[in-house]
Amino acid sequence: MYRYDDFNEAFVRQRVEQFSQQVARRIDGSLTEDEFRPLRLMNGLYLQLHAYMLRIAVPYGTLNAAKLRQLAMIADRWDKGYGHVTTRTNMQLNWPKLPDVPAILSALADVEMHAIQTSGNCVRNVTSDQFAGAAPDELADPRPYAELLRQWSTDHPEFAFLPRKFKIAVIASQADRAAMRSHDIGLRLIDRDGTRGFEVWVGGGLGRTPMVGQLLRDFLPEADLLPYVEAILSAYNSFGRRDNKYKARVKITVFENGLDKFREFVETRYAEIRPQFDGRDHALLAEISQAFAAPAWKTAPTNAHDAALADPVYRSWAETNLAAHKNPEYASVTISLKKPGETPGDITSGQMRAVADLAVAYGHDDLRFTHEQNIVLPHVHKGDLPAVHAGLKAAGLATANVGLVSDIIACPGMDYCALATARSIPVAQQIALRFEELKLENDIGPLKIKISGCINACGHHHVGHIGILGLDRAGVENYQITLGGDGTEDMVVGERAGPGFAYDQVVDAVERIVFAYLDLREGPEETFLQTYRRLGMAPFKAALYPDKETSRAA
Amino acid sequence: MSKPFPPKVVTANALLKGDVVYLTANDDWSPNLSDAEVIEDEAHATIRLLDGTARQAEVVGVYLADVKVGTQGPEPVHFREAFRARGPSNLFHGKQADSA
Repeated sequence: MYRYDDFNEAFVRQRVEQFSQQVARRIDGSLTEDEFRPLRLMNGLYLQLHAYMLRIAVPYGTLNAAKLRQLAMIADRWDKGYGHVTTRTNMQLNWPKLPDVPAILSALADVEMHAIQTSGNCVRNVTSDQFAGAAPDELADPRPYAELLRQWSTDHPEFAFLPRKFKIAVIASQADRAAMRSHDIGLRLIDRDGTRGFEVWVGGGLGRTPMVGQLLRDFLPEADLLPYVEAILSAYNSFGRRDNKYKARVKITVFENGLDKFREFVETRYAEIRPQFDGRDHALLAEISQAFAAPAWKTAPTNAHDAALADPVYRSWAETNLAAHKNPEYASVTISLKKPGETPGDITSGQMRAVADLAVAYGHDDLRFTHEQNIVLPHVHKGDLPAVHAGLKAAGLATANVGLVSDIIACPGMDYCALATARSIPVAQQIALRFEELKLENDIGPLKIKISGCINACGHHHVGHIGILGLDRAGVENYQITLGGDGTEDMVVGERAGPGFAYDQVVDAVERIVFAYLDLREGPEETFLQTYRRLGMAPFKAALYPDKETSRAA
Repeated sequence: MSKPFPPKVVTANALLKGDVVYLTANDDWSPNLSDAEVIEDEAHATIRLLDGTARQAEVVGVYLADVKVGTQGPEPVHFREAFRARGPSNLFHGKQADSA
């Protein structure tokens, strides 16, 4: 776990102090809302539909038991006893009161946490692979680079007022578990002829104009990371559009100028600033890397796990919620926050404490929030898996559905978000309950449903195998369905199936798609996405809109 | 003849708690839509919106929302206003819990 140095500590404390004074001045009337709004947003404080919302940064999704316990304490003391894991691997509190926010931020600072740059047109939380440091297919732990970028981008004076927000993801394997190509900058650590470096992808993003990131540079030497990323930001800052919010993201800058022209901007700027980097960034990276050293693996018998597989409940959980680890005696455990009927990503304070206890007892005190709104214990010895499962079961967290139809991403939607055009959470709840009732989930196999409650696409609906977008159509909630999206290394933006569905029709519509897949697949080994890629939209469309088919045939 | 003016209420979020509030005829902010002053005249609506907006130390984001007048007084027209008046649908939190 990366620990703050004195500079980080002082910076976060100073910011809490400043914001406390700003809140006091807003409350006593010295600051107007127009003056205060940008100040609160810089500190992650939004005003949503029913209340304020505080978005707490969880850099690259990594935290430990002390941090999770503090989040639980904060949720109990100043909120409603739960938190919400977001698709940017942050945690949101839905009910803080303005006068309490300085105390909350101070309590966060006590465990080296903050809410800085979780809003506004700046570099946002840098995300990474939830299995970083554990995945057997990774070249190295990508998080030291994410931490370096976090430190560099925090309060960077040149990039405090970008044309729009800016998101960076760093991964280190061929498999992309962080939706890297949907980021403004996506970095993949690679080796070329024994030299370490990065593929640099630029201009990905979902939202109103979904675009898959393009390869800006096929090999950037590791040592040039900061100056090159700075050159990209600088080019974007100069050439990005500020006249139209909807055309302000770097994906539009790249699209309108063309990749080659944008690369020229970047290379020109890079040539100017490269000499200013004197190697201090390399020294810092070396220092940061030590904080991400692998834990001391234990060696012990694993037969408790093998024996437990005789229990069908345990076996089902092991099949869906465990991922292979680079140490064959270990596994990575994904804790599903998607119990059917519950809100995707919500976790109660009691559950947070239970997870924290398990991380200390069996998980080398390491925890990750995932962009799919689950929590990962990246390092669990196989001999300890039955104890972890028992602990999760006692906390109501042993849902065995990771990667299945009920493991749905959903943004907060109109139940909380001031920008939303329709609800997302109840749609997710009802889909999960429907498929639980049908008892078909394991038969259906891998299927990612992603739901957004507005065009900004926080629920990543474009890259859902089944994507659902909630809209306001003439004062009524209406849900558009897209099919065939994919958020992995083969990223594809889904295709719209046709006219939208009313709130009370959307679950039936999803069921028709899934039943069509079960009829169409060549066998249980062919996944939904494979079937869709083989057959295309037509048979699914026929299932979705049966009345149209009959009327055309008639 | 001019178009009929759809009835409105002045609404905002409270500065301290952030919850949805409505301007009453007595110039108070009430958490209940049923307490809101129903405004049926366009010129009066403009004045009341200015009245509300001037109260920066109490509320944030003041605007006029359409309502229809039912037996219990003003009722939301748009579903967004219905959620604002009630609270989220996934958890029994917000107004629905406060007034229970």
